[in-house]
Amino acid sequence: MTGGPRTDQLMSLADGRRGLVGVIAEIGAAQTGPSAVNAEELERRLLEMGFVEGARVEILHEGFIGRDPICVRLDDMRVALRRREARGVILRVERGA
Amino acid sequence: MTAAVTASPSPNLAPPHPAGAALRVALVGNPNAGKTALFNALTGARQKVANYAGVTVERKEGQVLAADGRRMVILDLPGTYSLRARSPDEVVTRDAVLGRLAGEVPPDVVICVADATNLRLVLRLALELKAVGRPAVLALNMIDIAERQGLEINTDRLSAELGMPVIGTVATRRRGIAELVSAVEDRARDGGANLGEHGWTEPSAAEIRALHREAERILKACVRPPKRPDTWTGRLDDVLLHPVAGVLILLAVLFLMFQAVFTGAKPVMDLITAGFDLLSGAVAHALPDGLLKSLICQGIIAGVGQVVVFLPQILILFLFIILLEDVGYMARAAFLLDRIMGGAGLHGRAFIPLLSSFACAIPGIMATRVIDNRRDRLTTILVAPLMTCSARIPVYTLIISTFIPPRTVLGGLSLQGLVFFSLYALGMVSALAVAWVVRKVFWRSAAEPFLMELPSYKVPDPVNVLRSVAQRGQIFLQRAGTTILSMMILIWFLCTIPGKPAGAAGPAIDYSFAGHIGHLIEPVLAPIGFSWQMSVALIPGMAAREVAVGALGTVYAVSGGEEATNLLGASLAHQWSLASALAFLAWYVFAPQCASTLGVVKRETNSWRWPIIMFGYMTAMAYAAAFIVYRTAVALGAG
Repeated sequence: MTGGPRTDQLMSLADGRRGLVGVIAEIGAAQTGPSAVNAEELERRLLEMGFVEGARVEILHEGFIGRDPICVRLDDMRVALRRREARGVILRVERGA
Repeated sequence: MTAAVTASPSPNLAPPHPAGAALRVALVGNPNAGKTALFNALTGARQKVANYAGVTVERKEGQVLAADGRRMVILDLPGTYSLRARSPDEVVTRDAVLGRLAGEVPPDVVICVADATNLRLVLRLALELKAVGRPAVLALNMIDIAERQGLEINTDRLSAELGMPVIGTVATRRRGIAELVSAVEDRARDGGANLGEHGWTEPSAAEIRALHREAERILKACVRPPKRPDTWTGRLDDVLLHPVAGVLILLAVLFLMFQAVFTGAKPVMDLITAGFDLLSGAVAHALPDGLLKSLICQGIIAGVGQVVVFLPQILILFLFIILLEDVGYMARAAFLLDRIMGGAGLHGRAFIPLLSSFACAIPGIMATRVIDNRRDRLTTILVAPLMTCSARIPVYTLIISTFIPPRTVLGGLSLQGLVFFSLYALGMVSALAVAWVVRKVFWRSAAEPFLMELPSYKVPDPVNVLRSVAQRGQIFLQRAGTTILSMMILIWFLCTIPGKPAGAAGPAIDYSFAGHIGHLIEPVLAPIGFSWQMSVALIPGMAAREVAVGALGTVYAVSGGEEATNLLGASLAHQWSLASALAFLAWYVFAPQCASTLGVVKRETNSWRWPIIMFGYMTAMAYAAAFIVYRTAVALGAG
């Protein structure tokens, strides 16, 4: 990823790299592959974990295989999630990685 | 063995206050909020662990006497982020709060337990509880850490906003406990529940957003952010979640744990075995020969010994697990291992149960408790016995040292060691393969989202850790122990009754039910190269895998203890073909030759369904593997 995302650009948390900082612009219902839960349920789970519009997110760590899962700072909490679940979290970039 | 669902007053407690029945209180809170510590602080040793009727969720209940002498029954509900239940554990929490849980008296008061340093999500839960209409009290636990960080919480304002009393507590130092109890009493006195419980519906995404906004507003109004925020968690995570250093540290932790379970428990286990042998010998000396002596010595004493001998491994393993959990490292380990275990369709946390199963499947299966999702947990339980446990070692050693020549191959590798290693690898690979098949074929499209809070690191409280470890030991002895003991006595019965007629030839076991069963199943086992002696030895071998060695000694009428192993080897070398020996090894990689494992699966899943499935699939795999090995070996001229 040369150059990386620009400030104010919208992007999915799933595509972010370590160091990315952004504010959640939208929690959408998007995921890839089969899952035990449907998209609407995933959206509610993300919301319940604190992934809500306006929350500040920073990618702190990436897993050692395929950079997955990721660990993010979410406001003042730390949350781990897989990139497939992060697909629906749309950020407005504050600081690219 | 379903649960005791109602409280029975314990004899060593004061009788209930005459003024009324016991007050029923439920603890609700986010995971990692210190709910268990608060439960321990409230109830002390007066706890009872059981299962909720019909589900595998653990039910913890304790008692506390209020200042006015009224008895309070405290129920520790599973941790949750919302009343919208997503797992069997959370269903229990929701239904208990709503008063819908079958067989449970609805709580009079709910204590919402919060980590004072991490209020955002729990405030939304508190708002949900408020909406349900059940009287509630908010306990701001770990308030000392909040104070140290310079976090300012306006409790009066918070209480007014939430419409419930707010009490700061430090569970580990019993701070605020008396105040909490009296707040609960006041709350109960104020009046009963004003429930809209029939009106409760799952909140939609929009409603969750609205509740979250409200929680956010309250948070801003009542809490001033910390002046000295915790920086240790971030600094530790930089190392512990590092792609290289983090993985190396994890491997070191797991290695240490494995070593402790595998070798650390050994001296104590030997001591227990020796103790029970001594006891058995003493009793045998005192009793006249006969069936009673055999029942007491070989049935009961040996059976109890067979249960107690697992205790050291279970205690050591759970000491590690509970420490890692309380420190906050368990979630990090799951993060690091998620991708590896996910490849086989398993949860990241499945690693610890599976690793422990190398020592013994019993503590391994008990350790699957760390996995929340039911299907992930059941899959892990089903494959855990395929990991090569230490009880297989005597069987492998006997057969390998007898039948595999002590040659070196491939430039210096010991052939015996290579076979030994292959058996381990075969077990491991098949465990992952079975898990993969279960998750990709039977429970398809069931990949649970991996979405997990990584809690701040904390120094564990030794009293709470030891209490939890002791509780695991007690649960094992009480629940799994009774099942295992009855199976041991059943096996003794099969191997002893009917007795050998006077003057008859051959070993006594040949005349027993086990002997008859062995002869009966011999035609079935003949295609995999098992003689009737081998078939008979499988029955007592059900008691524990290593017992098979002694059982073979019995059927081949080789007397003596462990010194006789060499003698037995010589005898086997005479009687078995190489093909049969290899088939026997292949059988032991897969066969569920362990009644205790089946007993503990019964206990952990709360039904006979899963042990039966386990027995079925493992026996089928064992038969298939032994068949392939035997036929191949015969075709190659080893028959």
